[in-house]
Amino acid sequence: MLLEVESVDSFYGDFQALFGVSVGIADGETLAVIGANGAGKSTLLATIAGLLQPRAGQLRFDGLPLGRIPAHRRVRLGIALVPEGRRIFPSLTVDENLRVGARVGRSGVWTRDRIYELFPLLQPIAGRPGSVLSGGEQQAVAIGRALMSNPRLLLLDELSLGLAPIVIQALYARIDEIVREGTTVVLVEQDVGRALATADSAYCLLEGRVSLHGAAASMTREQVADAYFGGVRT
Amino acid sequence: MVWVNAVVQGALVGGLYALFAAGLSLVFGVMRLVNLAHGDLAILAAYLAVLLADHEGLSPWLSLLVVVPAMAAAGFVLQFAVLNFTLDSGLAPLLATFGLAVIVQNALQEGFTANVRGLNAGSIATRSIRVTNEISIGWLPLLTLVAAFVLLGGLQLGLQHSSLGRALRATSDDQRAAQLVGIDNRRLYGIAMAISLGTAAVAGIFLGMRTTFDPYAGPVRLIFAFEAVIIGGLGSLWGTLLGGIVLGVAQGVGDQVNPGWGVLAGHLVFLAVLLVRPTGLLGKAAPA
Amino acid sequence: MIGGRRAAWWTALAVVVAVLVSGRWWLGEAQRLDLVQFFCYLAMAQMWNLLAGYAGLVSIGQQAFIGFGAYALFVFGDKAGVEPFAAVALAGLAAALVSLPAAAVAFRLRGGYFAIGTWVIAEVFHLLAVNLRWVGGGDGTLIYSAASLDRTFREDGAYFWAVGVGVGSVLVAYGLLRSRLGLALASIRDDETAARSVGVGVVRAKVIVWVLAAFGCGLAGAVYNLPLLRVQPDAAFTVNWSAFMIFIVVIGGLGTIEGPILGTILFFTLQQELASRGVWYLIILGGVALVVAVWTRSGVWGAVAERYRLRLFPVQRRV
Repeated sequence: MLLEVESVDSFYGDFQALFGVSVGIADGETLAVIGANGAGKSTLLATIAGLLQPRAGQLRFDGLPLGRIPAHRRVRLGIALVPEGRRIFPSLTVDENLRVGARVGRSGVWTRDRIYELFPLLQPIAGRPGSVLSGGEQQAVAIGRALMSNPRLLLLDELSLGLAPIVIQALYARIDEIVREGTTVVLVEQDVGRALATADSAYCLLEGRVSLHGAAASMTREQVADAYFGGVRT
Repeated sequence: MVWVNAVVQGALVGGLYALFAAGLSLVFGVMRLVNLAHGDLAILAAYLAVLLADHEGLSPWLSLLVVVPAMAAAGFVLQFAVLNFTLDSGLAPLLATFGLAVIVQNALQEGFTANVRGLNAGSIATRSIRVTNEISIGWLPLLTLVAAFVLLGGLQLGLQHSSLGRALRATSDDQRAAQLVGIDNRRLYGIAMAISLGTAAVAGIFLGMRTTFDPYAGPVRLIFAFEAVIIGGLGSLWGTLLGGIVLGVAQGVGDQVNPGWGVLAGHLVFLAVLLVRPTGLLGKAAPA
Repeated sequence: MIGGRRAAWWTALAVVVAVLVSGRWWLGEAQRLDLVQFFCYLAMAQMWNLLAGYAGLVSIGQQAFIGFGAYALFVFGDKAGVEPFAAVALAGLAAALVSLPAAAVAFRLRGGYFAIGTWVIAEVFHLLAVNLRWVGGGDGTLIYSAASLDRTFREDGAYFWAVGVGVGSVLVAYGLLRSRLGLALASIRDDETAARSVGVGVVRAKVIVWVLAAFGCGLAGAVYNLPLLRVQPDAAFTVNWSAFMIFIVVIGGLGTIEGPILGTILFFTLQQELASRGVWYLIILGGVALVVAVWTRSGVWGAVAERYRLRLFPVQRRV
């Protein structure tokens, strides 16, 4: 188990977003987290990444309890989050965004050259500031920036948000390549079909609780619909 | 011709203002923090140089080597141990730095009395280059302007081309996202404040060499530094240099019109820039 | 507030005011002069609290209006021949008027830069006063119109004005915050963009508070200088006024009405105790501000109120 999340309660101020959530992910696995808006998917990733401290429960990364280790140190350990909305640095160029991603100094297969190979569209715009990039370009930069830290665990939050289908298609092709390099990937995705097609296993969250989990291939439409919406249709 | 001289002297004074403004601008850019004690801390550095001169016979030029690192270290500690805890509020940093300013001013008063002091820059303080019969350029003011160029240029280069510079700019853009690439904000803020106080130390010592000062000389320097930043434009270090020069020239011309009107003229130019061109001469963002 | 409690509250207030007013007859002269100062500080603190705690405008330049009020008293009294006690009221109004062009400039800035901007404006006022022979220049001037009044009459007038300004500032602040404007201010404090998007007149609200604060500070400045019989530019426009206001509000508690009252009491007592210690009293004040800024956000009153659930002036605000 690369990552173990055990009975975690996470709060935004006084508002509880996760209730006793437990997730396990094996090394090299690809995990999808699906659920409606507000179900707690982004909260789960933020908790794993260290942006949120859970009030109850435990997280273990490769056996190491994550405890109160702050977000910036988790990057050093090998956990990288590509946040919802991309959040690349607008005043830095594409190239600088990538370089700042390498600051944490983890070595591995991901270098700037390799990122430009993975996302050829970035090569000609390497000198452009983040503020003028399109949504798809920003997403590529965001993923590239996270990869530059050579993470063992890559967390992707709502990759496809606000992007055209053709762009999403291209991005997911790259995800396959990243997975093939051996990176463990957790992806939060609104598009259930694509999520289950890409992932090995999946968790569904409903109002802050795990409502379904298992191998992606074996989940039926009914199961997913029930877990997603809360079994309204019986 | 006297007018040309007024402009020239004003431009030279502007170098000093730019030195004061550099640190203020950097810290605001990185952490949106306005250090109301910035001017007073520069004066503190000048007094440290006075101590070194009195007790060790150190010339101000040499004391730069001691005082600048000392102030930089103090800046890191100040940020890390105190100011980092105020950053989540809009008011707290202002109160904290205001409180600090009052403490520094009055502690200096207590320690050094209200008598004016100065730093002896050596023979260079009185030498000048004679350009024409009415215009001569003092070596010390010239060196101050050069120091401003070097310092601001160095900061700019550092910000653009170094790993630390990228990290500072990234944190300034989005400090949450910066954490996600492994940047430790608190440490980085400490480094920014260290650089800021280091530059303030340079400014304070150059001030001390040019003119006399007393424990309450800080606030007026803060105002001039701030005006230089706004006139030049937020987000641009070269703008800060230009802003300092413009302010210096405005004051020089104002003094030429009527002795004593200089500072007021500077304030009026600042207000005019704010009304007519709020982003400043080279600014990148509105002062919001 | 519920019916019975409301009546009790107003009664208590009436009693307090009656006691204060009657003080003219049972307090000593020195004590009454002290109270003049006290109520001026209180009014200034309430104004600063409105600005910073409710409108989000952190100003270190209110001394512009305090000094302007003092000078306006001189101008109306001496130059225009207005009866001094009426001149006080006009001074407040004049300060309110001059605050409008000041706002045009200051409101171009935000946050810390707004703060310094207000300071620059105050410095401009200062320099203008120093350079204008008409108002006495650098040495300042005596306020002859006030000096020519009968001494008892003058001191009574100053005392009653001070009580009025002090109590008035508290009531006005309280009334303001319970009004629709107060609600608008709370929404702006919470989230300016959201407030704007639901139609809250953000700029309008801020300008109203700004002008009101200038009025209050102008009045306080005039009342303060009335018994002193003189205005002097360095004293009228010193940034120490801001320092005092900030200390009072920070120590007492930002964002409540009780806070500045408690803060003024604490500050005034401290000032009396430490005045003989020279600069140490300022160092201590600076230290307190620093400590309070770092460790608490709600000041002494805030800490006490939290603990014992006290509310003298129920305006529910959290900074």
